[in-house]
Amino acid sequence: MHWDWQFTAEILPRLLWATLNTLMAAGLGYAIAAVLGLVFAIAQRTPFRPLTVTVRELVEFLRSTPLVLQIFFVYYVGPEYGVSLSPWVAGMIAIGLHYAAYLSEVYRGGIESVPKGQWEACTAINLTTAQTYRRIILPQALPLSVAGMGNYLISIFKDTPMLSVIGVAELMQAATAIGGQNYRYLEPYTIVGVVFLVISLFSAASIRGFEAWIRRKLGMY
Amino acid sequence: MEALSSFPLELTGPEVPMVRFMNVRKTYGDFVVLDNLNLDIAPGEMVTVIGPSGSGKTTVLRMLMTLETINGGVIYVDGKPLTHMPKNGVLVPADAKYLRKARSSIGMCFQHFNLFPHMTALENCMEGPVQVLGLSRREAKERAEELLSMVGMIEKKDQHPARLSGGQQQRVAIARALAMRPKVMLFDEVTSALDPEVIGEVTNVIQDLVTKHNLTMLMVTHQMGFARDISDRICFFYGGKIEEQDTPEELFANPKSKRTQQFLSAVKAAD
Ligand SMILES: Nc1ncnc2c1ncn2[C@@H]1O[C@H](COP(=O)(O)OP(=O)(O)OP(=O)(O)O)[C@@H](O)[C@H]1O
Ligand SMILES: [Mg+2]
Repeated sequence: MHWDWQFTAEILPRLLWATLNTLMAAGLGYAIAAVLGLVFAIAQRTPFRPLTVTVRELVEFLRSTPLVLQIFFVYYVGPEYGVSLSPWVAGMIAIGLHYAAYLSEVYRGGIESVPKGQWEACTAINLTTAQTYRRIILPQALPLSVAGMGNYLISIFKDTPMLSVIGVAELMQAATAIGGQNYRYLEPYTIVGVVFLVISLFSAASIRGFEAWIRRKLGMY
Repeated sequence: MEALSSFPLELTGPEVPMVRFMNVRKTYGDFVVLDNLNLDIAPGEMVTVIGPSGSGKTTVLRMLMTLETINGGVIYVDGKPLTHMPKNGVLVPADAKYLRKARSSIGMCFQHFNLFPHMTALENCMEGPVQVLGLSRREAKERAEELLSMVGMIEKKDQHPARLSGGQQQRVAIARALAMRPKVMLFDEVTSALDPEVIGEVTNVIQDLVTKHNLTMLMVTHQMGFARDISDRICFFYGGKIEEQDTPEELFANPKSKRTQQFLSAVKAAD
């Protein structure tokens, strides 16, 4: 079997179209994870014990069970309790929750590396806890978290093919469908590989650039 | 430990102190840092705390800034309880909301400045006035610039802390604290992290505050000369207690306690 350029040209538009879905799934899932992860991280630092313990256990659970199980769980077990979700919605909830758990650890590390004196200075000028986080702690913690956050952006992107198990029409699903229809898998799967490689390399470079930019912008030379 | 009901709900009378520590106790687990501390500071008074390392000096300031909770007694500021709040006619430990209001009359400068690194000098000084006092940005900027001029830092107002020397950072930190218009200022070894040649620029600012403003101040320092020059009263701490307190003239010339004598001669020998 050798490479068929004409076949490649025929299937490329459909695969690039599916790439948009993959990017959207990764982007949406990441946005959910980024916000929810911050909520998890801050919740674990409140003085309210029942909340911190519950969130810590939840994060632990999400991190130690497979993503694919969580996707199946939200999609197939939900309806048994009357919560029927479309593949997209179920997939975004599952992947968002899963990565929120990982990102919360990244944020936690960032927050913990802000010196204690910063918190004390905030008390001394009488900022509220919310102001302390928003104005002083997070602007210092987030730049420290950018590298870790970037790694998970690439991971979440590489995990989007798992959404094909519940029928989300992303890149992997499209390639498999094309292969099945034409009895040729070499070109579609190779293209998928190249697309993932290009986007991963591009993201890694952008994240490094962004990290440098944010440090400069915040005056942390 | 005595019941909270034996403490007054507020201090009244002709001479209400600006700060009163009343039978204050501070422990970490089994370790007693301060036991039964009683200390009054009059309005406008400058009190300096000296003493060996570990004697509890920093702890006294941190309790007053509400950075530490206390395990016994009550602290009053301007006649009102700080660590406690009145409830049904007795004092109970203050909740977060009460603390926030109560600590608004206190400002503090730290040994390591603790400026906000992602903000310029000016922004550091505007943060509290805008966020906490609700000043407009314009008013806050005016106030911040006035204070930065006072501490001689107006030329550097747009610099981030990383670009400033230790002495410059500490002067900005003083301006940041003053921008909140506190009644009581706390200084914890504000010159200890500085190179010897820039200590003067910070002590001059504090000296200025003493002569030109009617602030009440509580300061911890290892610089005996500075303490002698500007203090109304000096408290020598030893083992979590006030071993001796007096005017600087008396305390340095005629220390009564053996421990004070030993400490002062040890410090003199080191100088
Ligand atoms: N968080 C803490 N946990 C346990 N012990 C503490 C804590 N903070 C302070 N201490 C102890 O309390 C005592 C008083 O500490 P403090 O910092 O008030 O001393 P200090 O007089 O300021 O000393 P220095 O001159 O070294 O700054 C010390 O023995 C110290 O080890
Ligand atoms: Mg100290």
